[in-house]
Amino acid sequence: MSDPALRRFAFDDELTIVTAAEHRERLLAALGDGIGVRLDLSGISDLDTAGLQVLLLARNEGARLGLPVEFTEPSPAVAAVLELTSLEL
Amino acid sequence: MSLDDSMREALDMFVTEARDLVQQLEEGILEMEGQPPGGDAVNAIFRAAHTVKGSAGLFGLSDLVSFTHVVETVLGSVREGQLPVTAGLVSALLPCVDQISSLIEGIAEGRLEPDAAQAASGARLLDGLAPFLEGGPAVAAPATAAETVATETAWHLDLRFGPDCLRNGMDPLSFLRYLSSLGEVTGVTTDTDRLPEAAAMDPETCYLGFTVDLVSAAPKGEIEAVFDFVREDSDLRITPAESSLDAYVAAIRAMPENDRIGDVLVTSGAVTEQEMAEALRVQQERAVREKTQPVPIGEILIEQGIVPRAIVDAALSKQRRTTETRSSQDTRTIRVDAGRLDKLIDLVGELVIAQSSTGVTGGGVSEAQSEVMRLVDEVRHSALSLRMVPIGTTLRRFERVVRDVCMELGKEVSLVITGGDTEMDKALVERISDPLLHLVRNSLDHGIEQAAERRRHGKSAHGTLRLNAYHDAGNIVIEVTDDGRGLDRDRILAKAVERELIAPDTVLPDTDVYNLIFEPGFSTAATVSNLSGRGVGMDVVKRNVGALRGSIEVETTRGIGTTIRIRLPLTLAIIDGFLVGVGPSSFIVPLDRVTECVELPPAQLGRECMNLRGEVLPFIRLRQLFHIPGPPARRQSVVIVEQSGQRTGLVVDNLLGELQTVIKPLGVLFSRVKCVSGSTILGNGEIALILDVGPLIADHSDREQTRQAAVTREPGALAAVGQ
Repeated sequence: MSDPALRRFAFDDELTIVTAAEHRERLLAALGDGIGVRLDLSGISDLDTAGLQVLLLARNEGARLGLPVEFTEPSPAVAAVLELTSLEL
Repeated sequence: MSLDDSMREALDMFVTEARDLVQQLEEGILEMEGQPPGGDAVNAIFRAAHTVKGSAGLFGLSDLVSFTHVVETVLGSVREGQLPVTAGLVSALLPCVDQISSLIEGIAEGRLEPDAAQAASGARLLDGLAPFLEGGPAVAAPATAAETVATETAWHLDLRFGPDCLRNGMDPLSFLRYLSSLGEVTGVTTDTDRLPEAAAMDPETCYLGFTVDLVSAAPKGEIEAVFDFVREDSDLRITPAESSLDAYVAAIRAMPENDRIGDVLVTSGAVTEQEMAEALRVQQERAVREKTQPVPIGEILIEQGIVPRAIVDAALSKQRRTTETRSSQDTRTIRVDAGRLDKLIDLVGELVIAQSSTGVTGGGVSEAQSEVMRLVDEVRHSALSLRMVPIGTTLRRFERVVRDVCMELGKEVSLVITGGDTEMDKALVERISDPLLHLVRNSLDHGIEQAAERRRHGKSAHGTLRLNAYHDAGNIVIEVTDDGRGLDRDRILAKAVERELIAPDTVLPDTDVYNLIFEPGFSTAATVSNLSGRGVGMDVVKRNVGALRGSIEVETTRGIGTTIRIRLPLTLAIIDGFLVGVGPSSFIVPLDRVTECVELPPAQLGRECMNLRGEVLPFIRLRQLFHIPGPPARRQSVVIVEQSGQRTGLVVDNLLGELQTVIKPLGVLFSRVKCVSGSTILGNGEIALILDVGPLIADHSDREQTRQAAVTREPGALAAVGQ
């Protein structure tokens, strides 16, 4: 049940310490539009702690701003990390 | 006190304790044969090795730790009954004990790491132990003692990684993944509380924390080792989970007695040595900072979240129980610096001198004075007894020597020790050990025959060496007896003639012949073996024994065996003496040498001997010997002294009676004076020389012999005089 009005936000390749800063900027910019975002996780080939923190940040920031943040289609890499850490997005 | 000083002190303490433990190890390993697995002896050895390793770990002496760990592992298998005790095992372990000892001595000298030679021998010894490790726990296992709790344990890991770990290339997620290779991860909670607001967040900083429940058979040290690379700036707690507490408490209760809570916790596996070292550091730092008594280590461990209180409590109650059963022993002995004891005995010596002077100046002796005299006498006795130790420890050390020498020579000899609880002055015990060592080697090498030769002579193939100690008339006697071939009288005589020590056709009594073996450079051995012929001869033994105011004698029967008997004074500090006067001079004869005093019969021209109840008694005129001027007293006395069964008279002017004599050593200037063993200060402030009866008689009979030989007397007459 996804809100079609949300801004789609896709990742490609890795979400790790290498790209985390860049994705954080983009995410904050996207949330700045005041609509909310839908994060497509299907393209993430690699997720580390830094990347996980960025995802958690998006969730927290959305809650803080009262904006919807949706996570869709986790890739196997994402699913594995979520299982390992017992986290739900 | 600087931290360096306290560290140095702690290290000294470690060395002292470790030396004791090494000795226990050696004695225990020698006794191990024939003991049941799991017996007290084996447990004790294992504990000794474990304690050495544990304490060395606290000081970061990693080479000592890793070497001892392997020895401990082998001993562990013996304790568990997985490894039978064989002669081969004992032979492999003994040099390892030497290695540990040599590493410890290195540490005592300030070398915290082994030198090249030690490292090489260490590696060689470990190779030698390899066959005993097969099937046992792997050598490569980290140095922890968690074997006690080898079953699966539930652990609770609280992981707070350092903020920089991501930047350092460490991904906490990879640690979580790795943990599942150690056991089963039953639960993970990710703590996101520290994640800041978006604006404040640095994407390269780690904010996440994890708590992990892990069920694993791996010892705590192994789990801890997973985090080796990040430990420094992370906050990691690994504690047994609630469900495992009972198992730990039970394990601690079942452990052998131990009065150190740290040991108990580390051995149980609840705390790793690293954690313990860290906690000890915190304890010390805090005590220094707050200038207070150190907080109990258990409290620090709880506070640091290393172990839950339940486990500390179990360990504490173990410690309390151990202390209760031990306290009776602990208060019975106390370690005292030998220097302080020497000082005390010195003071008591002064007291004895001072007391004898009050006796001299006071004229009549009041009741109070005689009471003081009695007390001084008692103080003297108990002060001296402080330094008395049983000789058994020294004698037992020869078990090792006998074992090693027999291996080298291919002989089978068992050592029988009797009288080990005979006590003697510690200073003497230490100094007699070398001469004894030589006598033991000598007996094994020259005395006891090879098995084949023994069988040919109808003896059992297995030789016996006896060490016996006992008290005898104010002396301590130590005997080294073997059941070997005995001394060869003819060969000794031939050798003595060859070396021109005696004239070719001299007739000598047996004792004199056998005493020839104490001549410098005298050896009757047909071949110089690896053991003897090391430059130390029986003459050195005799000199060393003589330096302790002792004497040495030989008793031997051809084909049956030899006994070498060392006779020593009980103490070196104070003797009971017999004071005699010659002209203005005073001399002291050790009272235990004096057998009787008689009046010198009227002049017997030319002959320096007298008739004592039908026996010929040679005598020495002290006036002549010490070149004292003036005419002799009108009525002279003879003090008859006995040494090794030989009796001689000492002609003196006055007999002044018995007194306690504090021996003052003579300076180096007098080191060549043979017949005097020391001096003492008399009550009137004058100095008296203490006569050394042994050399006095020996010298005199030597001179007599030369004199007799010069006038070519009948040899028979000499023998009669020599009796």
